[in-house]
Amino acid sequence: MDDVLMIGGRMISSRLFIGTGKFGDNRLIKPALEKSGAAVVTVALRRIDDSAGDENILNFIPKDCILMPNTSGARNAEEAIRIARLAKACGMGNWIKIEVINDNKYLLPDNQETLKAVDILAKEEFVVLPYMVPDLYAARRMVDAGAAAIMPLGSPIGSNRGLKTKELVRIMINDSSVPVIVDAGLGMPSEAAECMEMGCGAVLVNTAIATAKDPVEMAIAFSEAVRGSRRAFFASSGYIGETAGASSPLTGFLRGTN
Amino acid sequence: MDFYDIILNYREFDFKQALCSVTARDVSVAIDSDASADKRLLALLSPAAGELLEDMAQESQAQTLRYFGRSIQLYTPMYLSNYCENQCVYCGYQTRNPMARKKLSLEEVDKEAAHIAGLGFRHILILTGESHTMSPVAYIKDCVKILQKYFSSISVEIYPLQLPEYRELVAAGIDGLTLYQETYDRILYDALHVRGPKKDYKNRLDAPDRGAWAGVHFINIGALLGLSDWRVEAFFMGMHAKYLQDKFPGSEIGISVPRIQPHEGCYKPESIVRDSELVQIVTAMRLFMPRASIALSTRENRELRDNLMPLGITRMSASSSTAVGGHTINQNGFKQFEISDKRDLEQVKLAIRSAGYQPVLKDWV
Repeated sequence: MDDVLMIGGRMISSRLFIGTGKFGDNRLIKPALEKSGAAVVTVALRRIDDSAGDENILNFIPKDCILMPNTSGARNAEEAIRIARLAKACGMGNWIKIEVINDNKYLLPDNQETLKAVDILAKEEFVVLPYMVPDLYAARRMVDAGAAAIMPLGSPIGSNRGLKTKELVRIMINDSSVPVIVDAGLGMPSEAAECMEMGCGAVLVNTAIATAKDPVEMAIAFSEAVRGSRRAFFASSGYIGETAGASSPLTGFLRGTN
Repeated sequence: MDFYDIILNYREFDFKQALCSVTARDVSVAIDSDASADKRLLALLSPAAGELLEDMAQESQAQTLRYFGRSIQLYTPMYLSNYCENQCVYCGYQTRNPMARKKLSLEEVDKEAAHIAGLGFRHILILTGESHTMSPVAYIKDCVKILQKYFSSISVEIYPLQLPEYRELVAAGIDGLTLYQETYDRILYDALHVRGPKKDYKNRLDAPDRGAWAGVHFINIGALLGLSDWRVEAFFMGMHAKYLQDKFPGSEIGISVPRIQPHEGCYKPESIVRDSELVQIVTAMRLFMPRASIALSTRENRELRDNLMPLGITRMSASSSTAVGGHTINQNGFKQFEISDKRDLEQVKLAIRSAGYQPVLKDWV
């Protein structure tokens, strides 16, 4: 099966991306990443403290993982751009997850401000992955502006409510020329599987893994679910119809007639 | 509509009757609901809810984990000046207290800041007494400039300012504002604040709005629990937080739950808020405002702080001193109030880790 995820010219070995924000102990991040095989890990630049010595979160990220700093805390494009440039200047590579939230009531991203940041950062050779409210027009504009992948939310951050935006995400998958990665809201591996069976390129999970009683086991469980459901997507020729084929077709009588 | 108008709407409201008529079933519904209606908040603060504390704690923990994860942000206060023009009967800084007054010079600010940053703190809360003449906005701005060398987030807990003054401080580099209304009871407020500019209830009540308008990102409010009936105070505190979040959705709203502590003025609190009642307040605030940060200071003792960590607290102070220059030059100076949890930062970090949480010292760039 030739099933390779390519983003920003890099081959990604796992379709489970992991967020690091909510772990009770940074030391759990390393085994969670290693045992799940996750290849892309996102870290909020706001949490990185160079002077923290051994406690610096970057010490817990395996060298072979792709580090994707995120702009968590940014309230507008300007702040997101500043954080992205800072991350690059600090030697964290050129991947950036754009997260612009200016609403603490619902924690929903601002697509308009996000688009502005994508436009500028893509021109500066960043590999830009925007976190967004699922919206076809906004997604097209993000891709036109140079987004390497698009990251619609499954449900609001931290809500663990699963894939509530399914129909909109399905449209984005059908339409998009870049991978669609569901980010936020996935509470259980079955919900990640639901995304992958639909044809998502990957999923990004943080809260459900980080706040589980056993985060490492939960990371493995997500990884297995993602792998299995991706196989299922492929096994069904990459397309799963909404209605099952009827065993007694209504037009069966036409067979053998002119 | 300002929050003052909302308070006035409750002028004739019989809180006692409303709180006492809440049933256990009402509380269960309130715990499971996510409505932000005043009736729900009353139910969560009722005597009946006091009997369902474990249910509230479980749900409060679940909500906190969802939005904040297993992390607790740490900060420390830094007192710049204790000159004060107010006569607040419960406060050690009040004018009638014949204490030695002190204001840090800018060199002393630098020294104190360097020491605090050396401990590992990246979030600082600066405090002054209320004196426009001795600690004017210009002085605070000068201090902020120095603090920027050391800290990634600077909050102020100072007297209420006007909109242009808040704008000046935002431009200088502050991103947080803490301002407690002390008591939402207007009549009691008037009686407790005998003299001085703080006597203006509405000026203080509207200050968080002005801060948010000016662009202060983090707005932290609170009531000094013990001045009046805590259920009513906590009700208005929760409603105030909701009002601010609705009006300023881009702002991060925080709630503090300070219980009044003994100090040199020998003020005797009207009502003592028991530990179980503090737990009820914290969990009720979390269920009512799931995305608000909730802070617990060193006013509380170590055992209670450790036990409250998993119940909804997201911010804690550590290595605190409530004396001007108390970290370096004035360790035995006059304290605004006595702190209870005297552990240093490393000890608090250890306690946080032991509870399965991660101490977060830096959370902004």
